[in-house]
Amino acid sequence: MSFVGLTRDEEQRMLKEIGVARFEELLAAVPQEVLLEHPPRIPGPLSEIELRRLLGNWSRENHAAELVSFQGGGIYDHWIPAAVDALASRSEFVTAYTPYQPEVAQGTLTAIFEFQSMMAELTGCDVANASMYDGATATVEAALLARRQTGRKRVVVAGMVHPHTVAVLRTYLDAAEVTVVEDSSGLAAVADLRAAAGPDTACMIYQQPNFFGLLEDSVALHALAHDMGALAVAVCDPIALALIEPPGRTGADLVVGEAQCLGNPMSFGGPLLGYFAAKQALLRGLPGRLVAETVDRQGRRGFVLTLQTREQHIRREKATSNICTNQGLMALRATIHMGLLGRLGLREVAELCVQKSHHAARFAAAIPGYALEFEAPFFREFVLRCPVEARRVVEAGTEFGVSPGINLGRFRPEWRDLLLVAVTELRNADEIDRWARTLQKAGGAR
Amino acid sequence: MIMPRRLLIEQGGAGHRGPALPACDVPKRPLAELLPGVALRAELVFPQVSEPEVVRHFTELSTLNHHVDRGFYPLGSCTMKHNPKIDEELAGLAGFAKAHPLAGDDATQGCLRAMVEVQRLLADITGFAAVTTQPAAGAHGEMTGLLLIRAYHRSRGEGEQRRRVIVPDSAHGTNPASASLAGYETVVIPSGADATVDLEALAKALDDRTAAVMLTVPNTVGLFEPRVLEVARLAHAAGAQCYMDGANLNALVGRVRPGDLGFDVMHINVHKTFSTPHGGGGPGAGPVAVAKHLEPFLPVPVAVVQQDGRVRLDWDRPRSIGRVHSFNGNFSVLLRALAYMLTLGPEGLAEVSRVAILNANYLMRRLAKSYDLPNPQHCMHEFVLSGRGLRRYGVKTLDVAKRLLDFGVHAPTVYFPLIVEEALMIEPTETETFDRLEHFASAMERIAAEAAEDAELLHQAPHTTPVGRLDEARASREPRLRWSVP
Repeated sequence: MSFVGLTRDEEQRMLKEIGVARFEELLAAVPQEVLLEHPPRIPGPLSEIELRRLLGNWSRENHAAELVSFQGGGIYDHWIPAAVDALASRSEFVTAYTPYQPEVAQGTLTAIFEFQSMMAELTGCDVANASMYDGATATVEAALLARRQTGRKRVVVAGMVHPHTVAVLRTYLDAAEVTVVEDSSGLAAVADLRAAAGPDTACMIYQQPNFFGLLEDSVALHALAHDMGALAVAVCDPIALALIEPPGRTGADLVVGEAQCLGNPMSFGGPLLGYFAAKQALLRGLPGRLVAETVDRQGRRGFVLTLQTREQHIRREKATSNICTNQGLMALRATIHMGLLGRLGLREVAELCVQKSHHAARFAAAIPGYALEFEAPFFREFVLRCPVEARRVVEAGTEFGVSPGINLGRFRPEWRDLLLVAVTELRNADEIDRWARTLQKAGGAR
Repeated sequence: MIMPRRLLIEQGGAGHRGPALPACDVPKRPLAELLPGVALRAELVFPQVSEPEVVRHFTELSTLNHHVDRGFYPLGSCTMKHNPKIDEELAGLAGFAKAHPLAGDDATQGCLRAMVEVQRLLADITGFAAVTTQPAAGAHGEMTGLLLIRAYHRSRGEGEQRRRVIVPDSAHGTNPASASLAGYETVVIPSGADATVDLEALAKALDDRTAAVMLTVPNTVGLFEPRVLEVARLAHAAGAQCYMDGANLNALVGRVRPGDLGFDVMHINVHKTFSTPHGGGGPGAGPVAVAKHLEPFLPVPVAVVQQDGRVRLDWDRPRSIGRVHSFNGNFSVLLRALAYMLTLGPEGLAEVSRVAILNANYLMRRLAKSYDLPNPQHCMHEFVLSGRGLRRYGVKTLDVAKRLLDFGVHAPTVYFPLIVEEALMIEPTETETFDRLEHFASAMERIAAEAAEDAELLHQAPHTTPVGRLDEARASREPRLRWSVP
């Protein structure tokens, strides 16, 4: 089965028009010795019925569907209104490509324009682009923009940025050019940063809330970055931005991050949705696609890709980035999601995350052996020190039907007793009870 | 009368809202107590619209798009083929969609198994030793491949010396852009008279400063590189690595394995060859396949099948280039590709390239009667016409592209590759029927005739689309990149 609809008669007519007797003649330029006699022996062909059975079985090997998730660490289980799936799965959106012909792509272009508008508003920035692959590569692009802008090399990571984001930064840049300054408080330490950074620093990158869920003092960090002539880069959770003062309004030059939480499933970590927002002054240095409003010849409103001379297909080796295909459909989902929740709903989600996560944290701290690891205010997510290894707590969850959090020991051995717990608006009091019982059981089993 | 289209922010208003959230069922505390010292935002200027109106808004927007499910989409180099619906259903299964990437290997065996299976199938199809599925798109794959090459040269003490990447002038723009990102200098070599690699130019450019040669096979003109084995031999003799841009793999699948052509590394655009939907600009996925000697450098973590059949993510790869993605790449896109490959099976795979090549050659010969065909060789899965012959009527390729939209088909890729003037790059794919090809050919022929008879009709095209030609100069002069609040 290859979704081909061609009869033998039609094929003969085509070969005749082409002027060859056999299909093989069309492959004259291919060296004989590399032409396969038989296609590679992959499995299949499978009918829909067989395929549904096979992949259905595999999907059930994951514990995901039956466990209630308290997992976070960059990927969150948030409410996705039914209308998001219904609208975003329309094939008019799904089976179109990059809007190269704007006259027949106003649907995609308008939605991107709305995405840019909402991300700019959320972040407090002047402009936002059409999307990046994920939060980590968006952060890399921010660092690269800062380097081009300042002519400096070094990138300073302030406090607990997600370890995977730091890892991707180190892959793209030279590891020696990335300086990480952490502190036992769990927050970025301004004095240490002042000592570690200097006139060679292109940008200072912090995460808000940080990897541990803690809220950083963004104003102080922006000021510190600017003191040394560096750009301030905030890597932000967009739902938190519905609640807290957006960093773009208090001096951040670039606000980037992961927007999976806006209407996109966790899906084992992909596809995700990187976003990229900036001050107006940095517009011409932005990576990726941008959509602008304009008019057609009759003066009707329309939208087009713009400032393409920044991009690889025009500028080639001098482009601001190599990105071409991005995360369009994820951005569409986020746009529909934000449109549905709107001004009140998004704020409500953020507040519910705070109420529920703080409720869970208070609950946990009262269980013998458990304690909150950090004192600073947190959003949606917190670190629990457990009386046993955190992986034991994770294992205990199955009995209560919950995934109680992320075992931080998977990142660093010295974190093996730490559990990272996220509580979103989806979790109710009963689920939080079951989660707490998991902690009790795991703690008591010491 | 049709209501004028409005943005979401211009609809509804205070008092309107979408679907409701449940009431808070845990004891509420004042935010100031929970978040002491945290500055909260005073306002969020966002849409306030009811669910029915949001549904209408996006449904109406969707009707303004051309898309594969509606009609022919011969966008060269993009392989706009049919996207099977079963793949969407399977990618959305709760067991996959709700899987958390940090849940641990034991809790995600189904995902890991699927990941290993995609990697194995892609390795078999491309003839390479190993595959990473972390890169999220083709250009991301290029970057990853070049970092692998960089790590390889460094491991041999030649990292400092080999700082150049050779690309032909017909290459996709992402190739030189990715080279720059990986810290390389791009050396462009001119194509020969037949639009394929000029071996002499290549030999002259190659030396002990060359890190890699990047080649697209078939190339962007749609031609198989007849001397590809010689290209690889020359590159390797100079100590360079050979990178294949796999954007055009649809022409080879099931028939030729890039690993047999002498390449060391390639990326695969699964949203092209393996039929995952393009989503209005993504998500794609750009797995990278490598020969044995590059395997130690693959991004971490690597999915490994243990003796007991269970799959583990292996982080202990001291020579790895590191991570290139937050988690596991565009996993659900890869699931769709897996479903597609399994649907095809071996014979179906070979049928893809056979019919893709047949369709392209047929269209090319038909259209060569009304448009210039700069390279008359048999093509592979796509071909490039030139609209230069219409210049005498004052008609450009852009006008042809815009007029095509009136016939319910998408325009080809235009003005690329750069080595063909007034280029029209046409890729029909294997899922188009003879009827569809005939309709497209007729439309193209009619447009060629219109150019001679009524050039103004083409200059004013398109006539039947939701909007007419848009003022791009105005858009970029003082770009309006976000809505203004009414």
